[in-house]
Amino acid sequence: MYPVSEAAPTRAPSRCKIATMATDAPLDLVDSLAGLTLFADLSRPQLERAAHTFEETVFPEGQRILRQGFQGTGFYVILDGEVAVRVDGEDRARLGRGDFFGEVSILLGEPPVADAVALGPLRCLQLPGSDVERFLQDHPAVMYRMLQALARRLRNANRWRS
Amino acid sequence: MAELSDPGQAAREGSSGAAQQPHPPGTYPVVVVGSGPGGLQVAYSLRARGVRYAHLSADAEPGGMFRRFPLFQRLLSWTKPHAPYPQGSRGYEWYDWNSLLGDTPDDRALMPGLMERTSSFPSRPEMQHNLELFAERAALPIRYGTRWERTRREDDGGFVLETTDGEYRCRVAVFAVGAAEPFTPRTPGLDQVPHYADTRSAATYAGKRVFIVGKQNSAFELATGLLPVARSIVLASPRPPTLSVNAHSLNGIRARYVQPWEDHVVGGGVTSLNAAIERVDRAADGYRIHLRRTEADHTMEVDADEVIAATGFVCPLQDLPEVGVATYGQQRWPVLTPWWESATVPGIYFAGTIGQASPGLRKWGLPANSGAVQGARYNARLVAQRIAEHHFGQQRLRPEVTPDRLVPFLLDEASRAPELWNQKSYLCRVVTRDADGALRDDGIQPLQPFVDEAGPDAVAIAVEENDGDAIYPALYVRQAGRVAPDVELAPDPLHRFEQESYQAELRHRLAAFLP
Repeated sequence: MYPVSEAAPTRAPSRCKIATMATDAPLDLVDSLAGLTLFADLSRPQLERAAHTFEETVFPEGQRILRQGFQGTGFYVILDGEVAVRVDGEDRARLGRGDFFGEVSILLGEPPVADAVALGPLRCLQLPGSDVERFLQDHPAVMYRMLQALARRLRNANRWRS
Repeated sequence: MAELSDPGQAAREGSSGAAQQPHPPGTYPVVVVGSGPGGLQVAYSLRARGVRYAHLSADAEPGGMFRRFPLFQRLLSWTKPHAPYPQGSRGYEWYDWNSLLGDTPDDRALMPGLMERTSSFPSRPEMQHNLELFAERAALPIRYGTRWERTRREDDGGFVLETTDGEYRCRVAVFAVGAAEPFTPRTPGLDQVPHYADTRSAATYAGKRVFIVGKQNSAFELATGLLPVARSIVLASPRPPTLSVNAHSLNGIRARYVQPWEDHVVGGGVTSLNAAIERVDRAADGYRIHLRRTEADHTMEVDADEVIAATGFVCPLQDLPEVGVATYGQQRWPVLTPWWESATVPGIYFAGTIGQASPGLRKWGLPANSGAVQGARYNARLVAQRIAEHHFGQQRLRPEVTPDRLVPFLLDEASRAPELWNQKSYLCRVVTRDADGALRDDGIQPLQPFVDEAGPDAVAIAVEENDGDAIYPALYVRQAGRVAPDVELAPDPLHRFEQESYQAELRHRLAAFLP
């Protein structure tokens, strides 16, 4: 459950944080979704449906969620916590609440080109890769928000290169 | 050696009568709570490894949830009396999802011998009998009628379990307490309607308009059971139902419960609504349910004589969150390591259906079968192994695998190992290269830590499936501390993974690994 590029500690060092996070987590997932940019345009019933479509999941600190080169990954939206995007052991980006990851390999049908590693206790929404296309087609407003986020990432990448 | 069992334990404790309950309050290396399939399997496996334990159950007899559920008295999990492998063999376990894992012919593959042969799905009483017989044949000492009530953490890292019979001190506690505490969402009025667990006999719904909240297996089980008697049935939840055959997952609506869906499709007295329940009001002659359709975003009302909330269950973890066990989600799952240990309180393990809280890789989005007996029994055996090795210093037997036998060994596992078939992409068989260069069989292990943790050179084989129809072996090779990306071998429609084409492929893939 720890990235192979790091010395694996025998225990997750920040256990208490997981406990606190879980205790403080909103009981109503719909409220959590409503506060995220990706779902900002959805009506209450659509949010309810999304809350029943995605699955809530929690990862301990240090766990890989996407594995570079490994197939069959899912789509994740961060509810609480941070994720490092790591290529060949080198951190390239950090993602936080409301950010999402895993969409590139699903859209392209290829294994991810980076690890996604929980930097601390991480609470996410998870959707199987095979359900993503249907979900986006059923919710064009989410697709548009995703496009905007991807456009921002592309712009930032181009700025960085220039 | 004080931690290990003495040979007379089973003889003294297992044969005690009702008047002489085993495992009185006191200090034990391990305490196991629960006498459903998970508790029985982990206790059996601990004893087989010589770890001394106390086994407590609030119930009067073994069986756990199967003493009561499923409501309509027939299971979802098959046991096929006639299968490609003989009853009692390892390969047969894939065809028998209900027997617990015994080490002797007397306590192995008990389910098929107890079934009336009208269905490959046992009835609930047959399943209960199967579990009772396992406990009896294995002479498992269990202290019944002892309810775990509170938990304390000691300064030395151990635990005290306060029970109705007194206090139990232990280094390791295993909770196999199921996930069967009824859960009802906070929707106004829903707390006034019966939960699935309170459903009455089908006859009492004769001629009634029944409204079922939920569209998962428990909801469809109710709908199927009430089809012959109800005047009409409405099922409602925000998202459409997912059928197992479409989702390629046993978490979807099982084939046995699809009849109400067909009735809905043809307009035959069953209606499936994708709607959020906004409010449930009592009416003079029943209920009025206020809904908001999730596709069209408009409101509607449905009148019903009976409402049943098939809204799921939560884990009865009692005060474990107060001693630091982190939980998540509506079902209050504990946050677990891949070895089913609390991620926040070392020494607290979970067995049985709660084990599904450790999701593994979930490749292609598909869950393991940890929530069902056919998967949980292998997890429980590994929990016992982990406790014996990690907490009590035991070492497993590691037979040598000669290099020329490696490929046939791995393909034999992929073809028939029940651990790999029942727990696809979740459990794997591992062969490790030791410092002396010898290859050794490291047995069945969870796949996720093999993939993510550093370790010696090793190879693991798993059986996997994708979101199409394919089932295939997958290979994982760890060299220089890192596991290379997974190699998914081609599927074979008849699952003949020992063919020469697979042998050649594996020899090629393992060329750099083999000496």
